[in-house]
Amino acid sequence: MTDAGDALLRLEGVYTNIGRYRILHGVDFVARRGRVTMLLGRNGAGKTTTLRTIMGLWKARLGKIIFDGQSIAAKETPHIARLGIAYVPENMGIFGKLTVRENMLLATERRGFAQQHLDRVLESFPALKVKWESPAGSLSGGQKQMLAIGRAIIEQRRLLLIDEPTKGLSPAMVDQLVAALLRLKREHTTILLVEQNFRVAEAVGDDVAVMDEGRIIHTGDMAALSTNHALQHRLLGLSMADSL
Amino acid sequence: MSRDWLKQLQRWAPYALTPLVVIAALPVIGLGPWVTLTVAGLTMGIMLFMVASGLTLIFGLMDVLNFAHAAFVAVGAYVAVSVLQPLAGWTNEMSLALNLAALLVALIAAAVASGALGFVFERVIIRQVYGAPLRQILITIGALTVIEQLIIVIWGPQAIPLPKPAMLRGSVFIGSSSIETYRLFALCVGLAVAAAMHLFLTRTRLGLVVRAGVEDREMIQSLGYNIRRVFVGVFMAGTALAGMGGMMWGQYQAVVGSQIGDSMTILVFIILIIGGLGSVGGCFIGAILVGLTSNYVGFLAPKMALGSNILLMALILLWQPRGLFPIAEHH
Repeated sequence: MTDAGDALLRLEGVYTNIGRYRILHGVDFVARRGRVTMLLGRNGAGKTTTLRTIMGLWKARLGKIIFDGQSIAAKETPHIARLGIAYVPENMGIFGKLTVRENMLLATERRGFAQQHLDRVLESFPALKVKWESPAGSLSGGQKQMLAIGRAIIEQRRLLLIDEPTKGLSPAMVDQLVAALLRLKREHTTILLVEQNFRVAEAVGDDVAVMDEGRIIHTGDMAALSTNHALQHRLLGLSMADSL
Repeated sequence: MSRDWLKQLQRWAPYALTPLVVIAALPVIGLGPWVTLTVAGLTMGIMLFMVASGLTLIFGLMDVLNFAHAAFVAVGAYVAVSVLQPLAGWTNEMSLALNLAALLVALIAAAVASGALGFVFERVIIRQVYGAPLRQILITIGALTVIEQLIIVIWGPQAIPLPKPAMLRGSVFIGSSSIETYRLFALCVGLAVAAAMHLFLTRTRLGLVVRAGVEDREMIQSLGYNIRRVFVGVFMAGTALAGMGGMMWGQYQAVVGSQIGDSMTILVFIILIIGGLGSVGGCFIGAILVGLTSNYVGFLAPKMALGSNILLMALILLWQPRGLFPIAEHH
């Protein structure tokens, strides 16, 4: 994790305020090209704020956010998205009144669906095919999450930011989602994944950054963290270790 | 099973409301006047829709409360007066083609003038007060007063007649019912505008972006769309529609005054609230409902006409607190 030579995304001393409150206190980490970086931490540690700051939804007050050599801290969200960064928020960001097809179409380039990409998404998430012309608001929680991730990968993206995709899903849905994430991993997609489910983090993560109180308190290999129970306990507390 | 049935009922009940009102009015009013009042109500509703639809999208997309919307109604009506005066030869001719050509020119001029003013208004006024509702209310009410006074400076303080074209005066008779020809014309124009809007919103990519932006502004930006730029277009289109509505409304009343839009404002806000903020479909149904209720109640108990719409709004809010077809989750 310390070898940042192949970093696609680099955060250096990022501070973010929400209103009068400072949430991020100098966040530093890198997401390496072609790898899955897990962003872990207790509730309120600043994980979601970090993702939103990268996307430009909340502006960094201080510090640098470098994406593929380009500073994006001052850029507007649409510009950041057009650089090839896809964001799956915690609430999934599904347009409930639009159909599944329309939700997906919004994430495509102007020419519309590329058949190869569409086939890949529908193969990973067959439920979307069945519900193709249904309002997205009528989908189950798991199906909505699949739509959110499917929408993020319907075009070739350079970086995926995914916020707690397994939250509230049934074990069967989680398995399906993990399979899809592993497939993305095999395709060398660069992913920054916030996750509370440690079993999922172990299954898909290559690298890990652990946050606490708006700071990065640990970076390293996910495999090393998953075998070191004492470190898990110290960094993440009982709740995360208990999910083992 | 019974829960499913209840869910379906809740889903379809808002759609059934307007037909129920129309059917319920028939035995109370009697067939002859019922036909006349129903067409009048539909016409009034469709004209209100033209004005209200832009406002609901403007609010839905950017949470902008534009109380100056009425000014664009007035500008459209006055520009139409200025265009139709030199075209009096066409409008007084007993030729439907010439009459419609004159109206088309006036309608386009009203839309262009109001839309252009809307563009400047968004740049100079609205852009300064994004995300500040109280300032929006104050500045747009102030701007409404300024624009109305400028209209008086340009066109004078007296109301100006806006006669209907020769072929659209008078009435057609269906059995014992008489229907004003102009109302039929206005109904056709309004339906054409509503259909065009529906096609734009459902069949074009930009329309899709607008619908999605109304639902979740942040997510649409995260997908790479510049919502501010989209909003400028929607604001212009909304004000252009208000201008068209102003022209139609002015001709419907046969007279144009600087406060023509003010008389519609209360009804327009009732429609927005009934339909659900940000929902164009809800706005359409709300407008038709308000138009019909105004006409039916105006016939049965004239003093209750405006009060009936306020009562209608209160009843609908008791039933559906976020309106019939709520969309914008971020409000």
